[in-house]
This record gives sequence, C-alpha cells and structure tokens, in this order.
Amino acid sequence: MSETMDLIESVEEFRGRARDWIAANLGPIQPWDLSQHCENDAVELVAVARDRALQRQLYDGGFAGICVPPDLDGQGLTPAHQRAFNEELAGYEFPSRFQVPTFNPCLAVLLEFATPAQKKKHIPAILKGEEVWVQMLSEPGGGSDVAGASTGAVRDGDDWLLNGSKVWTSRAWWADWGLCLARTNWNVPKHQGLTVFLVPLRTPGMEIHRIERLSGETEACQEFLTDVRIPDSYRVGEIDAGWSIGTRWMYYERIGHNSPFVTHPIGLTKKTAEGPTIIQIARKAGRLDDPATRELIGESRTLDIVTHELQRRLAAAAASGKGNTDLSSIDRLARGMAGARKASIAFELAGSTAAAWTEEEDVGYGPPGMQFLMRQVSCIGGGTTEISRNVIAERVLGMPREPSGDRNVAYRDIPRGPKRG
Amino acid sequence: MWHTIDSDQELLRDTTMRYLAEKVPLARQRKDRDDPAGFDADYWAAGAELGWTSLLVTEADGGGSVSGKGAVDLALIAYAFGRHAAPGPLVDCNVTAAALSGQAGELQSAALADLISGAGIAACCLGAAPWQQPGEAAISIGKDGGDILINGSIRPVESAGQAKYFLVTGRSDAGFTQVLLPADAPGITIKPLKALDVSRKFASVTFENVRAPAAALLGAFGRAAEPLARQIQNAAVILAAESVGAMDAAFDMTLDWAFQRYTFGRALASYQALKHRFADMKHWLEASHALADAAADAVAAQSLLAADTTSAAKSYIGQYGVELVQDCVQMFGGIGVTYEHDLHFFLRRVTLNSRLYGTPAEHRRLLAATQIEQEQAA
Ligand SMILES: Cc1cc2nc3c(=O)[nH]c(=O)nc-3n(C[C@H](O)[C@H](O)[C@H](O)COP(=O)(O)OP(=O)(O)OC[C@H]3O[C@@H](n4cnc5c(N)ncnc54)[C@H](O)[C@@H]3O)c2cc1C
Repeated sequence: MSETMDLIESVEEFRGRARDWIAANLGPIQPWDLSQHCENDAVELVAVARDRALQRQLYDGGFAGICVPPDLDGQGLTPAHQRAFNEELAGYEFPSRFQVPTFNPCLAVLLEFATPAQKKKHIPAILKGEEVWVQMLSEPGGGSDVAGASTGAVRDGDDWLLNGSKVWTSRAWWADWGLCLARTNWNVPKHQGLTVFLVPLRTPGMEIHRIERLSGETEACQEFLTDVRIPDSYRVGEIDAGWSIGTRWMYYERIGHNSPFVTHPIGLTKKTAEGPTIIQIARKAGRLDDPATRELIGESRTLDIVTHELQRRLAAAAASGKGNTDLSSIDRLARGMAGARKASIAFELAGSTAAAWTEEEDVGYGPPGMQFLMRQVSCIGGGTTEISRNVIAERVLGMPREPSGDRNVAYRDIPRGPKRG
Repeated sequence: MWHTIDSDQELLRDTTMRYLAEKVPLARQRKDRDDPAGFDADYWAAGAELGWTSLLVTEADGGGSVSGKGAVDLALIAYAFGRHAAPGPLVDCNVTAAALSGQAGELQSAALADLISGAGIAACCLGAAPWQQPGEAAISIGKDGGDILINGSIRPVESAGQAKYFLVTGRSDAGFTQVLLPADAPGITIKPLKALDVSRKFASVTFENVRAPAAALLGAFGRAAEPLARQIQNAAVILAAESVGAMDAAFDMTLDWAFQRYTFGRALASYQALKHRFADMKHWLEASHALADAAADAVAAQSLLAADTTSAAKSYIGQYGVELVQDCVQMFGGIGVTYEHDLHFFLRRVTLNSRLYGTPAEHRRLLAATQIEQEQAA
C-alpha cells in the first residue's frame, strides 16, 4: 500500500497541475452546465456536442477518469485527487451531461461488474466522450420497487430478446447506451430472477418517446422494447444474479454527484446554481432589507453549507472504512430536503412576482414560480426520500423491515395493482 | 464527531468524559438543582487542569492545544459536556481566555492566569452584537475624561454570581468596545434569574455609571468589531459541539427505547411512521455533526469561511438540535416530559444553547449580510 502511495502524484501537486490546465483550456461555466436543461432540442444538441468535445479535451489533457485504472485509459488516482480537481473546476465549464448517470452510476457499475472485454470496449469510449449512458431502471409499473422490474429478457440462441417498457429515462432521446435491469426468471422470488444488460439505444425494436414534465421540458423518455435483440456478450454478471449488481447500483445512484468518478465544480464561494440568486430575487421584489428576508437568505446559505459539509463527513466516513454504504441515503435525504426547502425560500422571496414572468426571466429550470412547482423533483429523482428514510431506518439504525407482500413469492404470483405491467 | 482524531485528542476527550461521569452524573445534578452556582469551585479547578480553559490560549501565555488545532480540541471537550449535560461556564471562560491571550495589562494577565488555573472564572456580558442595529445595544461604553464609563443592563449572563471578572461588550458612536472589569467594581448589580438548564445558572447584570481606567480596554476604543466576531465564532464552536453531544445522548436513549417499547404487540421501531421520524432525526444529527466539526476546523484554521461556517452551525443546530430532542420527547410519550427521566437534561441543554451568542434567526441575518456584501463586491 505505502509503496504504491509513494508512486502516485501528491494531491497538492496534482491540484496545481489541474489548476493550470483548467485555466488554460476551459471557458467560464455555462447556464446549461448548471441547469442541465436547454430551451429547445436544437440548443440541447449543441450542448451535447460541446460536452462530447469537452470530455475529449479532458481525455487528451490527462484528466478524464481520475479514479479509473490506467489500463482503461484512466488516471489511476484517488478520490482526494478527484475532489481537488472538482474544487479547482469551480467557475468553469465542464462536460455536465456526462456525469450522472454516465460516470455514476453506469461507469461505476461497469467497473465493478463488467467483463474485461466489456470494460475495454466501453470505459475508454466513455472517457473519450464517445458514449453517453442512461440508466434503465424505472418502469411504468413502479420505480421505488426497483427489483420488481418486469421488462423481460428471453434467451434466443446466442442472443437475448428484450420486451417491455422503461420510463423516466433522462436523455435517452440522444444518448448512446443504456444499463438495463431486466427479468430473466418469473418463477422465483423477484430478487432472484433479474439480469443486467448493456443495451444500445439506437437499435431495431427500441422505440423512444419523450415525456413532457409540468415545466414544459421534455428530457424524460419512455422506451418501448419490442424484440430488441442483443448478443449474450452484452450481459453483465451471471444470469438471474442481477440483484447483487442492483444493490451496488442503488448505492452508486444514491451518492449521485458525490461519486469519485464524477467531475463537477464544488465549493461554497462560486456560483453552482442556475438563474438569479435569491439575493437578486429579493432585491427585485423590493424586500432585501426586511429582516424576515434576511433570515430566509441566511437559511438558504446554511443549507448550502450543511449539504457541502455533510457530504464531506460521509466521504470521510467511507474513506476511513467506518461508514457503511447505506450512510449515503442520509446524504440523499439531506439533498432532497434542502433542495425542496431552497425552492420554497426563493418562491417566498419572489412574492407575487412568482406568479407570472417575462420571456427573458425564463431561464434554466425557470423562475422561482416554476422552480417551486417542480420542487418535489429533488425528493423523487434518483430514488425517493421515503425510500431513503426506509434505508436509514432499516439498514443504518437496524429497525425491523416493513412487511411486504412479495417475499418468498414467485415473481409471477406477486399481488399487483390494477394497472401494473 | 470526527472520524479521525489522534490518540492525544482521544485521551483529552476520554479523560474529561470519565471525569464528568464521576463528578456530575445526572442523578446528582437532579438532586442539586437548587445549588445557586450549579457546580463547586473544586470541580471547575480540577477541570481546568484537564485543559478545559487553556486550549485557545497561546503557549506564550500559558496555554496550548493538544493537536495544534485548539478549537478542535476544545470542541472535543464541549462534546463531552453535551453528552453529560455538564455544568460549568465552559463557553465564557474560553471566550474570555482567548480574548485575553496576547493582551497587555495587569488585570488582563491576572485574569488570564486565573482562568487557566481555574481559580477564577469570567462571565461575558454581550451588551452589543453584530446582528443588532446600532441603536439596539443594551450596554453603552463611553469615555469620560481619561476614564471609561459603562452603562446598561444585560441578560442572560452565565455564572455571573460566581464570576471574578466580566468581559463587557458595549457600543458607542465609535463602534463596538470591550472592557475587562473585576466583578466587584462599584456600580455593578447582579440579579439571579431562573433559567432553562438544571445546572447552568444565569443572572442579569446591570452597570450603573461603572467607571474603569483606560487600561481596562481590550484593544482600542470603538474597534472591537473584529475581536468580537472572533469571540462569537469561538462561542459558536463550543455551543455547537456541546449541543451535538447532547443530541447524541438524547438520540441514543430514544433509539434504545424504540426497540424496547411495545405497543399493539409490536416494537415502536417497527412502525414506518416512526421509522421515518428516526430517519429524519438521524439526518439532522449527522448534518449537525458535520457542521460542528466544520466550524471547529474552520476556526482552528482561521479560514475565510470561518464566519459563515460557524453561523451556519449555530443556526442549523440551534434549530434542528431542538427539533430533534423535542421529537425524542414525543417518541417517549408521557414519561418524556417528567423530571425523573434523563431526557430533559438534553432538551434543556440544546434549547439553552440555541439562545446564547445569537439565535438561529440572528445568525441567519449575519449570513445574509455577508452574502449580500459579497455579491455587491463581485
Ligand atoms: C428528474 C427525474 C429523473 C429521473 N431519471 C430517471 C432515470 O434516468 N432512469 C430511471 O430509471 N428512472 C428515473 N427517474 C425515476 C425515479 O427513479 C422514480 O420516479 C422514483 O424512483 C420513484 O418511482 P415511481 O415514480 O414509480 O414512484 P412509486 O415507486 O410508485 O412511489 C410513489 C410514492 O410512494 C412512495 N413509496 C413507494 N414505496 C414506498 C415504501 N416502501 N415506503 C414508503 N413510501 C413508499 C414513494 O416515495 C412515492 O412518494 C427519474 C425521476 C425524476 C423525477
């Protein structure tokens, strides 16, 4: 251990090198980096092309895949190096569409479970900006009960035929590959009949529809799979053993942007959110000097600081080996609640102007009124806050599990609601 | 608390933990509730020997830290105080000792020596604070010829009845000013108050034309804004760590209870409605730990974010520490609001701490002022 430690570049040396490279190669942060949302498809595709080019630039500069092993074209460094890079990145543009879910959870899952050939094929391609991945987990029949997936994969010679539907898949309309959890056995309890597949998104039988959210954006997709044929070499892990991958996958999903594979600006001193600041919102509403306003501004700042520090604490726990991986659900719950509260604060400060806005004010996820309508997204996407609370109670605090209607029951006999797929 | 502390820090914390468990168990505090001081002089002096009052003082002045990060070491002590709901003016003595470290003056040196040895204690009279409007100051400190003249009344002041020294903060048109006074200076009246805590006692202190020589000034007249800000940061570090200790104690006993208490043939811990409340509590607890640690780190490193981080810790823990322990009370049901049960010691402690050195609302206003300034500068 100490021998290899001596061989790698020190974090501070790396930081200096990263700082110089970033200043010389990257432009200022763009609105579309912060909001991840563009006003129309044409702009979105420009942003995507820019992201692919930026990712390639990172690759050529020796900063892609900081925690990915060198034999897969990564840098072979540590989470502390990635963190230093992220701190130096504050204020600069970055390939924002590559991070979640491509680098995490998809690349993280590949790195842990894929075959050497699968890794060689996909991981360098991701690092070069050639492949954007999506996660195909949620289904019309349910998203929280991930292991209840019903999209089926049936063996056909050397191939598999996939049938069913996945939903809420962000970015599937332009992305390249999907990591897909599918059912391969209906005669065993739900956790024992799942298998993970790598699925190309532009392939016969894959029909992708856009879904409009209440804010008007159409990032989410629904895929309809009809006899989608993929070779057995696209299977990850053993047949029917997909849930052992699934539990790790869920862990990676919960840590989201805090993964050591994710490159994104962090820090408390530079802008990391899109749109007007709450101070600008309050000033515009003419209430910046009101003590109640000041308290809300301070509360919002407190939430930024607490989110940042909690992540640091949980990362330190993980690094010291003292934390169990389920602690990540505390961070997920915290981010969800902080996001929702901050949206409420901005809405409150905007006063009646939150009710209607001009074309110019309609940037990113939109003005405070629309952000407020979309508030619960922070508590739903990436697994809901209720599921996080279950995980905290049961796996961090050791409380009894909820009774369930599907334990030790063959998947085909599990009770289903009237509409379930 | 920290995931990584060294063995010296561990020794520092564990020695205090053991000492408090032996000297001030809750059973004893419960019995001694009418003791006007809340602790005896020997208890405090022996504690000072364990390092309670010297960690923020430079070595040149007779202090010194264990790890090189005095604020972090002190937070470990404060955490132990919280876990035991221990009595004693930990906050004011450390705030004053740190303020006196590096100061010239006879009274100043004598006071610092007393604080470090535990022979004498200090009380802080925060008669003006940065979250107030200038006109709201409770204490005015003016000049009268070559003398300093102090007027006003302030509450709550901790251990005022036991204090040998007062660190008084007031305002004049020139700005914030601080003086160190002997507690027996003519014109000072102390009136004991009833307070939230069982063992930490408070009084109101009134200054009526109290006269002090210019040598009593800490720093220059009207120039105390910066040292005062640092004192508030030190206080916030101690109060935050102490509250986190109290939150841990309350949460641990409530978690045990959830597994032991059965209703309708099931443990409380099996009801999803309650499991989710425990999950929320765990979230607040971990977030509070993170902030308390970050605040101590930032103050120890004199980081540019020290003010923001301490105010965030003070406001968040002031709010969610209290919410957490109130939720613990709810989980216990009727027994949770009895004097016989231990829980109230921790409820009192977090609630008291939320009121001292700035409430959550006041610290939010400080945070907002900094943010607005920074945005204007940018
Ligand atoms: C912005 C956004 C992006 C997303 N991106 C993707 C993506 O890229 N890929 C993907 O696969 N999915 C994605 N999702 C889907 C997301 O993961 C699911 O919406 C989420 O997991 C919840 O599933 P559901 O919508 O089916 O709700 P359900 O599972 O039906 O839950 C409904 C409600 O019941 C609660 N609930 C359910 N079970 C329990 C329980 N056991 N205990 C307590 N409460 C419970 C839930 O918390 C929720 O409030 C995205 C969602 C959003 C909002």
